[in-house]
Amino acid sequence: MNPVRPPVFEARNLQVIKGGSLILDVPSLVISEGEILVLIGPNGAGKSTLLQTLAALQTPSRGEILFRGQKIGADVPVLQYRRRLAMILQEPLLFDTTVYHNVASGLKIRGMKRNEIDAIVANTLDRFRITHLKNRSARTLSGGEARRTSIARAFATNPEILLLDEPFSALDPMIRETLIEDLEKVLHETRITTIFVTHDRMEALRLASRLGVMNAGKILQIDLTSEVLHRPANEFVASLVGFETILGGEVIRRDNETFVASVSGREIEAIGDAVVGEKVSLCIRPENVTLLTTASANPRNAINAFEGTVEKVTHMGSFRKVQLNCGLQLNTYITNNSFEALSLSKGTKVVVSLRPTDIHVVRQKGRLSFGT
Amino acid sequence: MDLIIEGIIKAFWLLVSFDPEVLGITLLSIKVSGTATLISLVIGISVGASVALTRFPGRSIVVSLINTGMALPPVVVGLFVTISLWRNGPLGFLGILYTPLAMIVAQAVIATPIVTGISLAAVQQLPAKLRLQILALGATRRQMVWILIKEAKLSLLAAIMAGFGGVISEVGASIMVGGNIKGYSRVLTTATVMETGRGNFDVAIALSIILLLLAYLINLVLTQVQQRERPR
Amino acid sequence: MKRFWITSLLFIGVIALVAGGSSQAQAQNKSVILATTTSTQDSGLLDILIPIFEKDTGYFVKTIAVGSGQAMAMGQKGEADVLLVHSPAAEKKFMEEGFGVERRLVMHNDFVIAGPAEDPARIKGLKSATEALKKIAAARALFLSRGDNSGTHAKEKAVWKAAGVQSEGQKWYQETGLGMGQTLNVAGEKKGYTLTDRGTYLALAKTLKLDILVEGDAVLLNIYHVMEVNPQKWPKVNIEAAKAFADFMVSAKAQDVIKTFGVDKFGSPLFFPDAGKTVENLGK
Repeated sequence: MNPVRPPVFEARNLQVIKGGSLILDVPSLVISEGEILVLIGPNGAGKSTLLQTLAALQTPSRGEILFRGQKIGADVPVLQYRRRLAMILQEPLLFDTTVYHNVASGLKIRGMKRNEIDAIVANTLDRFRITHLKNRSARTLSGGEARRTSIARAFATNPEILLLDEPFSALDPMIRETLIEDLEKVLHETRITTIFVTHDRMEALRLASRLGVMNAGKILQIDLTSEVLHRPANEFVASLVGFETILGGEVIRRDNETFVASVSGREIEAIGDAVVGEKVSLCIRPENVTLLTTASANPRNAINAFEGTVEKVTHMGSFRKVQLNCGLQLNTYITNNSFEALSLSKGTKVVVSLRPTDIHVVRQKGRLSFGT
Repeated sequence: MDLIIEGIIKAFWLLVSFDPEVLGITLLSIKVSGTATLISLVIGISVGASVALTRFPGRSIVVSLINTGMALPPVVVGLFVTISLWRNGPLGFLGILYTPLAMIVAQAVIATPIVTGISLAAVQQLPAKLRLQILALGATRRQMVWILIKEAKLSLLAAIMAGFGGVISEVGASIMVGGNIKGYSRVLTTATVMETGRGNFDVAIALSIILLLLAYLINLVLTQVQQRERPR
Repeated sequence: MKRFWITSLLFIGVIALVAGGSSQAQAQNKSVILATTTSTQDSGLLDILIPIFEKDTGYFVKTIAVGSGQAMAMGQKGEADVLLVHSPAAEKKFMEEGFGVERRLVMHNDFVIAGPAEDPARIKGLKSATEALKKIAAARALFLSRGDNSGTHAKEKAVWKAAGVQSEGQKWYQETGLGMGQTLNVAGEKKGYTLTDRGTYLALAKTLKLDILVEGDAVLLNIYHVMEVNPQKWPKVNIEAAKAFADFMVSAKAQDVIKTFGVDKFGSPLFFPDAGKTVENLGK
């Protein structure tokens, strides 16, 4: 018989109050062995506070955290607990010494013997490909090198849990890319339980096995990444996971699986359970908005096809963002090639179409209960 | 002008001939001020770092007291130390008035606020998140304080220089608590005052030059260390 | 990093300890605090006498050179064991109030009035010190006073009183608050008059731009007494050592040193040994 192993973390009724205001309010959070939980949310959402509370660097005003079934600060002493985790913050915060001594610092703090430290540091430097920097002063490192050193310092102590607080946000895109790749590799090799805080959606999607969205001290939704991505619980989550356009409307009629909502006088068909008279939010990703020239389309026959004009075009590197006005405000992304092929410019008349299956519906529950 | 040249010649002569009295005075100056600086470093860095790292009611009052203490006039220190150390004073049982030990005490009192103030500022200007990072590395509070002190080492070198420079050149307190006793508690500054009083300007100038040289050499060494450690 | 700390801390530590040697606090009962005047220290006499005493008796003398006023204040508080001072009126009061055990005449020299060679008050050669001060006051010529309650200051005030001049607060009367040597330097630089003991004047004469203008008046005698502080008032006073020092100062050995001190350097002695004499017989 395998006894049921307790989760790595279990937080209950966690609250942090600072200066009289509630900055973190997490009634329940369970993190299990080996998962990579990414927390996203805007600045001030409470992500860092949650991370610091989990690291026992911040004492919760209320509630408790169990680490593998043991209460932190009671069953397991804070110091002992902290020595089983590693934390990487936004700045590298290296010590004013060589790369070697930086990577060795956590081991020295634990009072390890010199020859043991030597072996572990050599191994860690190699793993993060910074052996050549071993004797360099931390002050002379580039941003990417410093970041690598700080990650190596965190991994040197062989932590059971890894906590990362926006570790890549201050780096150049190129360096960031290789660093994320390397981290991804190490995370998959070690299968270390990881909590990663970021406000960058792309970073989150790449690494997350589970995704949590936070705002104003609360976790709004936490689920498998694909769930949050495709079924955001509310408009805020939707906008954060890439639904750039959110249209508010009212259900005017319904069929078997579909319903039609009226949005600013236009009728949009979508899939869902919403009842007639209910207010709904229709969440649309720009990549799902299809653009056709008036010549190649017959709007009257298509579902969810609207005539409109190009309002604004923004260069985004390899693609362009096109803002459209078709009675509704919609955005779409198209590649530079398609943009040229369609010979678009400001004022060009176009037809926009949306597949009902690509529209994510958020029902406004307050009204629903009123309706039924 | 003649007097200055004569003084310089005399100083040179006293230096190369290793005049035992001048040598003794110089070594005593170094010993007294060096020991006082060491004591002030131990106390000043501990107190400075503790105040920098803790929040408590009345903290700002403590900080301004330390900053005021940085400008503590040596004669005021001399007066209070003398009164306390008098045979019939509160610390008279120690029996250390008019000894080099008393001078060390007075100079440590002068240097400690200087070292404390500079350490306080040095530790305070380290990034706030550094503390979180050190604790997250598994450090005890004591280990964290020690690491932070090491991180502030360049500024702390300035504290050593300011503290030592302050006390080696100080005369008011030394003469009051040391008594300028020949061959016993006579240091460069008190000897300079006395030789000036005796009209031995050449010797006074010689002693001043030795004092300057000493202050310069010590700062030179510390500055070298500081520059070598500075970011390129 | 470790190397850095070892270097900088050892550096301070080493320089602090190189000196080594002489500074272990001496055993309490073997050390004696002598409070005396700057004039005896500045003359260099004590630098010769004290090593002899220390060698003969094994005591260690801590000489604190201050003004006579402060020296007696230290005696009154029991902060000194023995006093060598030159302020007779204050000394008598000190003895009457029971702060001293015995007051013995050690030596004397004399005070002189020194001033610039130009002598704006025309006092050169006067036989009377009071007359000279009256003329200085009348000429409103700059006069520099020690102003530090020293024996010299006390003497100067006594002579002003005898001359019937209210000098304090006058524009031409300035107090330096410094020792004798420094006051002479100030007088030399500012071309002022001052009252000084002959010994300090002679020691500094080489570098001073001041001449002796008035000397030889009986009122200008500068008399040094040695007094042990009364242990009945202050039990911590080291009376054995104090007595040993006082005895030494009036001993033939010390008196011989005093008799010849300064002859080689200035051609005449700086002090006249007076052990066993009475004040009334001095200067005759």
